Order: sequence, then C-alpha cells, then structure tokens
Amino acid sequence: MSARVSAAKAGKALAAACDNVRPGAADDAVGAVVPSFVAAPSSTAQASALLRACAEHDLAVLPRGSGSRLSWGVPPARCDVVVDMLRMGAVIEHAAGDLVARVQAGARMADVASALATAGQEIALDVPGPATIGGVLADALAGPRRLRYGTPRDLLIGITVVRADGTVAHSGGKVVKNVAGYDIGKLFTGSAGTLGLITEATFRLHPRPAARAWVTARVQGTAPEVTTMAAAMVAAAANSPLVASAVELDRPAPGGPISVGVLLEGSADGVAARAREMEGLLGSLAQVPVSVAAPPDWWAGIPTVEGGAAEHTLMRVSFWVSRLGGVLDAIDAAARETGLRPAVGGSAGAGLLYVTLPGGAPGEAVARFAGRVRAAIPAGRGSAAVLAAPEAVRGALAGTAGLAGTAGLAGTAGLAGTAGLAGSVPGLALMRAVKDQFDPGHRMAPGRLTWA
Amino acid sequence: MTISSLVPRMTRICGPGNVVTDPLELRTYECDGLTSHRATPALVVLPSDADQVAAVVRECAAAGIPFVARGSGTGLSGGAVPREDGVLIVMSKMRRVLEVDPVARRAIVEPGVTNLAVTQAAAPHGLFYAPDPSSQVVCSVGGNVAENSGGAHCLKHGFTVNHVTGLEVVTPSGELTWLGDGTGVPLGYDLLGAFTGSEGTLGIATKVVVKLTVAPQVVHLVLAGYATLADGGRAVSDIIAAGIVPAAIEMMDALSIEAAEAAVACGYPQGAGAVLLVELDGPAAEVEAELATVMKLIEAAGATEVRTADDPAQRFAIWKGRKAAFAAVGRLAPAYIVQDGVVPRTALGDVLARISALSASSGIRVANVFHAGDGNLHPLVLYNDAVPGEAERAEEVSGAILDACIEYGGSITGEHGVGVDKSRYMPRMFSDDDLDTMQLLRCAFDPASLCNPGKVFPTPRLCGEVPGHRRAPHPAVVAGQAAVSREGDPPHPPMEIF
Repeated sequence: MSARVSAAKAGKALAAACDNVRPGAADDAVGAVVPSFVAAPSSTAQASALLRACAEHDLAVLPRGSGSRLSWGVPPARCDVVVDMLRMGAVIEHAAGDLVARVQAGARMADVASALATAGQEIALDVPGPATIGGVLADALAGPRRLRYGTPRDLLIGITVVRADGTVAHSGGKVVKNVAGYDIGKLFTGSAGTLGLITEATFRLHPRPAARAWVTARVQGTAPEVTTMAAAMVAAAANSPLVASAVELDRPAPGGPISVGVLLEGSADGVAARAREMEGLLGSLAQVPVSVAAPPDWWAGIPTVEGGAAEHTLMRVSFWVSRLGGVLDAIDAAARETGLRPAVGGSAGAGLLYVTLPGGAPGEAVARFAGRVRAAIPAGRGSAAVLAAPEAVRGALAGTAGLAGTAGLAGTAGLAGTAGLAGSVPGLALMRAVKDQFDPGHRMAPGRLTWA
Repeated sequence: MTISSLVPRMTRICGPGNVVTDPLELRTYECDGLTSHRATPALVVLPSDADQVAAVVRECAAAGIPFVARGSGTGLSGGAVPREDGVLIVMSKMRRVLEVDPVARRAIVEPGVTNLAVTQAAAPHGLFYAPDPSSQVVCSVGGNVAENSGGAHCLKHGFTVNHVTGLEVVTPSGELTWLGDGTGVPLGYDLLGAFTGSEGTLGIATKVVVKLTVAPQVVHLVLAGYATLADGGRAVSDIIAAGIVPAAIEMMDALSIEAAEAAVACGYPQGAGAVLLVELDGPAAEVEAELATVMKLIEAAGATEVRTADDPAQRFAIWKGRKAAFAAVGRLAPAYIVQDGVVPRTALGDVLARISALSASSGIRVANVFHAGDGNLHPLVLYNDAVPGEAERAEEVSGAILDACIEYGGSITGEHGVGVDKSRYMPRMFSDDDLDTMQLLRCAFDPASLCNPGKVFPTPRLCGEVPGHRRAPHPAVVAGQAAVSREGDPPHPPMEIF
C-alpha cells in the first residue's frame, strides 16, 4: 500500500476517534521531524480512542502541552501524530477542605494556580506559568521550593493515563494517604511521554503562605574562599531549623561573585523574625552584605532555552549538598580548561544546579566540560546531564563513548539522551524492561529516552 | 530442583547457622503482625550482606522457587507471610547504619535497621528520620520501604517514599542494582518511587538512602477532650480551614480511650467521647502564633478539657496512649481486625457515623483510632472468636467499612499495605484495566513471578499475555493455579485462618 493511501487511512481513523485533527505544519516540527497529524482530544475517552487508532495504524505518538520543552534532549526518531493536550485544560475538582485538586493534563500551571488561589491554596511547584500539568509531570519539573515541598512526584496523589494501546488506567486516588497498588503516577513522572499519555492528575495542596521574605548574601573574592563560603552558607541555610522554603545560588560568570538567596514563608510576624535570624546566621559566616527584601532579580527557577537562548547548552547537575563546594570548583576548573563561560544557578540547597553554556560553544569543548564536571561527582551520588543542546553539540556528546556508563545509551529525567548526555543511569536495564511492557511497539515518543 | 537440595547451596552462601530447616523453628516465621494469615516456609535464610541476598535470590530464580523477604515481621497486611513452597529471606541480620552525612542530610542504612534507630543515629546532628510508624521501635526500614509506611507525622512530613532517595536492590533475577542516587533528582524513570510501596513484590532492598529532616526548633502538643467525635472533628476542620498544617492530628474514641487507659494509664480525660491530639512543630516564631490559633479553635469547638505539653518527656507521656492503642484493645476482646481505610477528611464525620451504625446493627464493637488530619482510619473491629458467628460478623463489618471508604472516594489502605489481607478488595477500588496496568510493572521486574507472589493483586497477570483476547479459560485457571475474581465472589481463603 502506498504511503499516501496508508496516510489517508490513518487520517480517517484518527478523525473518527477525535473531533479535532489537522495535518502537521512546519511550526509543529520537533527538531527536523514534522508530524503528519496534530490531534487535540477533548477528553480521556477521546484520547483513548485516538491512541487505539494510532496503535492500529502503527503511528508514532508525541504528547504535547505548551511545547516549551520539545527542543530539549534529542528529537524523536519518529513522530506521526502530535497529541495536543491544550483542549483538556480544566480544573475538574478542587476539594479545598481536603487540600486536594484534580486537574486535566492540558491545564496551564498559571490557570490552575489562580483557580486554587481563590481558596488560598496552591500546588507548591514553582514552574513556569505556561507549562501544562502534563508537561510538568512528564519532565518532573520543580523550582526553588523543591527544597521544602519536594518535586511533582511528591505532590501527585492520583493519575489517569492512556496507554499506547488506548487502555485507560488509574492509580492512586483522591486521598493523600494511599498505598493501595503500585504507584503508576510516580512511574510516569519524568517519563517524557515514553510510557503513555497523562490525561488527568490529582495533587495534594498546601495553604498559600501569608507572607514571604528573601534573605540574600553576596560573596566575592578569590577562589577557593568564594566557593567554600558560598557552600557553607547554602548548607547552613538549608539545614537551619528556621525552615527555609528555598535556598538558591546564582553565579552568572565563572570565577565571579556568588549570590545565595533564601526564601522564608509563613505568617507576617513569623517571617519577619525568621528573616532577621537568617540574616544573622548568614552574616556570622562571612563579612558579606546580607539583605532582607523582595526576590533578587536573578531568582528565576528553571532556565529556558527558548528564543534567543535556543543555541545555549543547558546542563543539570545534581549532587549531595555536602559536595557543593567541590562541584562549584569543578565547574570553575572546567571553564578554565575549555575556555567556556558557564552561568551557574539553581537550587543549591536541594542539591541541584543548572549550568548554561552560551551558544556557539564547540561541541567537543562542551563534551569535555561535561566530563570534567561529572568527574567531580562521586559515583552513584549525582549526575551531570545535558538537558538541551544545539544539534552540533549533541553530535559531539553522542560520540563520547567514554562518558557513557552503560553499553549504548542512557537518558536524562524527562529528556532524551544518547550516550553522552547523561553518563551512567542506575537501573537502566529495568527501565528498558518497563518501557517494553508499557509500549512494546515503541511508538510513544520514540527516541526521547533512547534505549535501542 | 527441590527446596531440600537448595540447603547446602544456601548454607554455602549465608554460612552455617544462618539457614533454618528445623520444623519448629520454621514455624516461628509463619506470620507477621497479621496473625490470622499463617504459612510455614519451606526454608528460612538469614543473609548478612547484599551479595548474599543476591546469591540467594539467584539460587531461587534458577530453581524456579518463590521467595519472600521479611524485615521485623511487624507488618499488618501479611506482606511477609511466607510461601509453603518457598524460601523466606529474613533481613534482620543486615542492620548496620553505614553512613550519616549531616550536611547533605542523608544516611545510608541496611534494611534491617529499625525505624527508630535511624533517628537515633541522626539525633547527634540535630536531625531525625520523619516517617514514624507507631511500631518504630521494632519495625525495619526495609519493611517501611516495602509498605511506604506513614505514621502519625506524615500529615506534614510525608511518607517513606518522600524520604527515600536511593535504594540498592536485588532484582527478582538476582542482580544488584541501584535505583536513584540519593539526590532526589531522577535520571530516567522514577523506579525508586514505583518500588517504594510495592510490598516486596518487585525485589529486595539491601541498602536504603534516607533523607533526614532538621529537628524543629519547638514542638507543642495539645490534648483536648470532647463529648463527641463530631465535636472533635469540628475542631480539626477549623484548624485546617485556618491554613494551619499541624505535624500531627490524631483522634481516639471512647472505646479506644478506655483500652489505652487500662493498658498504659495515660491519664486521658475521663469519660470523654473523643480525645484529640494536635502537634505543632517548626520555627518558634511560627509555632507560637499557630498555637494561639489552635487553642482558640479547640476551645470554640467545645473542648471539655485541654492540656498542652512542650517538653519531650511530657509529650511522650501524652503520646503513649495513642501509640499503645492497637495493642491496648487486646484487653477489650480476645480478637480484633484492624482496618486501615482512608476517606477524604471532610467525609470523616459521615463515615464515622456509618461505622457507628454498623457496629450497632451487628452487635460488633468497633474502637476508632485515626489520623484525623488525613482521613486515615484505624477501626479496630473487636470480636470473640469463641462465640459462634462472631468472627464472620466481624469480617462483614470490616468489609462494609472498607466499602464505605471506597464509596466516599477514599482508599482501602493508607499505610498498612494490601498484602494478602486486602487483595480481594482491590477490584472494588480499581478496574481490571487499572490492575492490569499496574501488573505491567510487575512483569518488567519479575516476569517469572517468584518475588513475593500472591500478594497485592487478587489474580496474577501472566507476563507477555495480551488481555481480553482469550476465548478458552486461561491455562492457569484450568490448572488451578489462578482464579478470576469477580464482584460477589466469596473472598479468597487466606493460607490458614486461626
């Protein structure tokens, strides 16, 4: 059967399953791959019929929410159908008395936040407003307050997914305490659409705090005192009984000053008193300017690689907080050795930093940079994963077989990988087995977390 | 290969003295905290390290022999009930605290370490291990991982899964692998999150990397007596509505108060219809203000008596009654069933009224102890097995309570796990497709179905099969090895009921 006839048959099947199907256009492209179809289901039932139709016609499927991170990782090997989740954007249920909310996966975080705020509650994730619930789960995104509240998997209490063959499945429920059955929600969090399609999610909520204050310290001087000092401040703040909601670090230039920012949340009086105490704590560690005020202008959260940043390389480094000083020094050393100029920032108190390397960096230099940083992290106690990189850089990373810990391929949480992007991934064989069970046809976001 | 031929191989792996074959000794492992379900294992081994566990599992895998892991044996859902045709792998010799990193707030412990021992190892650094089941003096961290244990303080601080950042596990095929790396930042699938709470069916944990929590600046405990559960419930609702998240909110009814008093002389308010415990922890600057609000709301709901405690000794004395409650009801009746249902907190009043009505109409007494903050009930269904029909009526009341929990949008288990005890209720909470999807995970980890088989799911899924495409009865059903559960079927008989 010719490609054109089978495409027509597929199109008819999709249209029968879903009332909103159109041909893919240039701006639906993911990398160089333009999907044949874009289908936007309006309900879990439609999504189920849609995926069943895709299974019957052997179509590769890529879920899409806001699309803001489609350029992360490696483009999919195949993409016949983009499943656009934006028509499923409702807050289905908000049980304020139970501090629980059930939402559709295509709902934007900003819309969910304002709906929940009417009852003074929130999903305690600092993620970009345009991001969808499904995207946040698929990529396991979390911002500064991960230190206190955890990441999406810690706030998710129930999920509805559609498997690659169209089967609808639920796990968890509407109550926070629930250990009945396996937690498929946690399995899907960070799976980047490779196990199936998330259509609904239920979260535990927190009361929105009455007041917030930021305590910021700026450390400058010579290495290694600067990194040692900053690391000591981060640890002291993160481990303080003053209960910081977030402890962030910003170092826009290698070898330059480091800012440490601490977020405190609570009652107005309580926050004021704790901020003064935190100010004293940080000030006692070093003679540096410490201020209590509104958020520092660098308080960003998750870096983006949209628009002008599209040529940057974005790395995510995770580590045990006791190694923060060593990680900062390694980044400096890597910068010196490669001549690259990394911008560093992130949830240092929670053991995570983002490193952005400017566009135009030669792929081979980025590969060496990544390797140098990885070497500073004790084996099995963290990772340095490239989340997003321009094509030339990705090519160079794939060629660095020496950086891969396992034969062939590895992945990063939520984002695609080939050999060099992540280094070794614990439990990789089991992940492959899980993938084969959930998506034996390898049609869900193929290549995003590469195994083959 | 038969079990007896495994004995010399197991002895070589674990060392003489660490393999149990004596029939009387084997019987001492026949059940865990759920004493109504018992089975004597064919063989018991006690490995001392991860390599021995892996070697033991490899032997079982090669021989096609099922195996079950056991921690301290305090579980309440029969998760550690052995297989009569299998090996019981007892983890209690692996009880070293391997490392504490106070700056990173991490500790690496072997699975046999008790829950409390983790806190004790962390205490010198001003840290503690937050998930605190009432059995924490005895229960093992490995068991906590299997069940995703909670405890009274999980309302604010979370459950085991929120505090485990890495696991070294032995897979059902006998390989050692790590899940997670202690950072809480996943690479690839969150198998760590899926494994925690999988009730020992996906493998055996041999090292646990736990997250430690900073000890709070202040802790205040408030005890309040009320005439009725409804009054106490009102106080709880008001506290939550005020935007306060206490570290713990516990309630006990008259019957459980009576039992606790008889057992440990905790001195709870005499004649109270309900006792409420509210614990606040955090920075002093916040807790003092929260305490003032909580006291106001507690009084406004009609408290007949209120006490507060802010030093560890006083708080311990007040908690004593609550923590002794399960064991204490043993004084009220020769036997009891403890349930673990969850309902949305706002439905608590209605469900408690339902339980009360069930108790009245059946003549079966039910003592209620519950985590009022998160809707996790522990109805203790009391009965005298010497009275004909009473055990059956207690079972019916128990089932009706779980049905009510499901009806109100809750769960059949909040922290004890499904095990053998509640697998027959799983189809009331989840559809066939839901259960089938969960079992895909099991097929990925344990295609040979040797790792704690028969737990959690009422009907095993044969891995590799395509559901729904069968006309003849499944070969396993024909062979009597599996059964298809349907609504209205009588419950599956457990291994043995005493």
